[in-house]
Amino acid sequence: MSVLIDENTRVIVQGITGKTGSFHTEQMLKYGTKIVAGVTPNKGGTVVFDTIPVFDTVKEAKEATKANASIIFVPPKFAKDSILEAIDADLELVVVITEGIPALDMLEVKRYLHGKATRLIGPNCPGLITPGKCKIGILPASIYKKGHIGVVSRSGTLTYEVTNQLSILNIGQSSAIGIGGDSLRGTSFVDVLKLFNEDEDTYGIVMIGEIGGTGEEEAASWIKENCKKPIVSFIAGSTAPKGKRMGHAGAIISGGKGTASDKKQCLKDAGVKICETPDVIGEAMYELLKEKGLLEKCLVK
Amino acid sequence: MKIHEYQAKELFRKYGIPTDNGILVSEKGGDLEIPFDPPYVIKAQVHSGGRGKAGGVKLAKSINEAKEIVNNMIGSTLYTKQVPDGKKVNQVLITDASALTKQMYLALTVDAAREGIAVIASLEGGTEIEEVASSNPEKIYTEVIPYEIGLKTYHATYIAKKLEIKKENINTFVTMLKNMYKMFFELDCSLIEINPLVENDNGLIAIDAKVNFDDNALYRHPELLELRDTKEEDPKELLAMEHDLNFVTLNGNIGCLVNGAGLAMATMDIIKSYGGSPANFLDIGGSATVERVTAAFKILLMDENVEAIMVNIFGGIIKCDVVAEGIVEAAKAVELNVPLVVRLNGTNYELGKEIISKSGLNIIYASDMHDAVIKTVKASRGEL
Repeated sequence: MSVLIDENTRVIVQGITGKTGSFHTEQMLKYGTKIVAGVTPNKGGTVVFDTIPVFDTVKEAKEATKANASIIFVPPKFAKDSILEAIDADLELVVVITEGIPALDMLEVKRYLHGKATRLIGPNCPGLITPGKCKIGILPASIYKKGHIGVVSRSGTLTYEVTNQLSILNIGQSSAIGIGGDSLRGTSFVDVLKLFNEDEDTYGIVMIGEIGGTGEEEAASWIKENCKKPIVSFIAGSTAPKGKRMGHAGAIISGGKGTASDKKQCLKDAGVKICETPDVIGEAMYELLKEKGLLEKCLVK
Repeated sequence: MKIHEYQAKELFRKYGIPTDNGILVSEKGGDLEIPFDPPYVIKAQVHSGGRGKAGGVKLAKSINEAKEIVNNMIGSTLYTKQVPDGKKVNQVLITDASALTKQMYLALTVDAAREGIAVIASLEGGTEIEEVASSNPEKIYTEVIPYEIGLKTYHATYIAKKLEIKKENINTFVTMLKNMYKMFFELDCSLIEINPLVENDNGLIAIDAKVNFDDNALYRHPELLELRDTKEEDPKELLAMEHDLNFVTLNGNIGCLVNGAGLAMATMDIIKSYGGSPANFLDIGGSATVERVTAAFKILLMDENVEAIMVNIFGGIIKCDVVAEGIVEAAKAVELNVPLVVRLNGTNYELGKEIISKSGLNIIYASDMHDAVIKTVKASRGEL
């Protein structure tokens, strides 16, 4: 078991002929992801990586290949249309890697998403991975081990850091999902926590938040009411000054809201184990699993 | 991107949002000609809120008094709550000191959680809205406008009622709010704030104006880039922007060079919790070419307070050997004169380590983040 993706997921790459899209398509193919088609307007009819057909539109690609997911690498200028196109084609999962999409564009996308069948992940995210089965994103596959901890995060490299700490301690991962650094994003912490909570193969959860927005606070209230699985969390940005955007569009403390200390307090109140520094997250999970009698089940054999 | 009050007011006039007339003065000692009668308000044009409390907004009862205030204000440094390190005042705006009888707050911003544009309004204008929000949250009215339908007359009328706008001014208010909404969309704003909005015998007037734009959407508005006042921005942050680096100046003594915004923030946090003090936030992003790493080092070293540098790279897509080459090249190019601690992990980190150790440069290698921060904090104190 795993969440959202597995060995049967059939993936379209939107922006497959671009530099980034092409590089990561190769990486995903190496991992065993079933990339069944590419989409680049005006390049329809060509073939890349020997076997992957390129189409002009997502709908054509889906009709020809029965794809059910897509990953988007197109530049910010064209990202809105690419996302709307993927939603319109009724794909089950759409992962947006693109960074720097205007807020008003994402607002339109988010409103259009209501009532649609699509689960949107991102934008400005590293994607997701189910170790040993499927990777849709840009995450470095080598650090992941198949196992039972679900990882969810707003940041890319910080997730790699944490996953690496877990893997060194021989604690594998069921799935790892980067939800992205923008404030307007398709999938929230709560959405992913729900999936992990329902997944029989996930025994514990690591949640990496950061300053800005209210996603962590909402997660805390949901956890308090619904989640019994052990959770470890770290919130980046305790030392960030007010009113300064810390790289991610969503990582800004404005109007005195979205501070790290508020978020940590909410999560603590919900029974989540908080790490004050990012170097001890793996250890904290190890200890918590031991305490709950889950460690043996979580260690990679 | 932020702009000045006088620039925001020019945009207001263009969009039919009633505001006051003022004159911009950027030199002291000149002959002051003000085409309206006293009293005047003289306002420092700096990118910061809370100017009033910091002495950046002053009242003058006569032209002579205005001259004196202008001369004192231009060239001075304003220390506001929002910018405690101070902002130099290069320009001032002189406006008519209208009767400030009824001061309101009115703003538009993106509400990500509720997926719309939020209209925020309060009768408690003139002060910092954050203070009202924490002391009297019930005095702030928020109306989220659904994206699909846009701001309708009934939204604006509802807000007008909450603000107790006089009957004869309601139509003006509705038009004004609709125009603000139009401006928000047409210019990809992230904030339009009027504080205070005044209602007096002359009707409604925006006495102050604050407009911020969505950086991600500036490519759609090349004309707005001309409004950028580079004097207002930190020279290191400007240089970083040219090289596509995410950089924020802080006031510590440890320079940080990290890939990824989350890891960069976490690096600042860990430095602080181990007793050090970060000099900056720096995310070099997804591609660490020699040019970018060199530019990043140069920017870090522009800060005279920097006494040690911590490089924290988790190579995912970025390969550590490429980063290591960049670091070695950059360290040679900039004549590094402070201790440099390097932590590389992820893709090809063994190769990266080898490149660093073979370089013959005085680079301290760290095995993980924990090791790196301990070594860096010691180095910053001259203990390593």
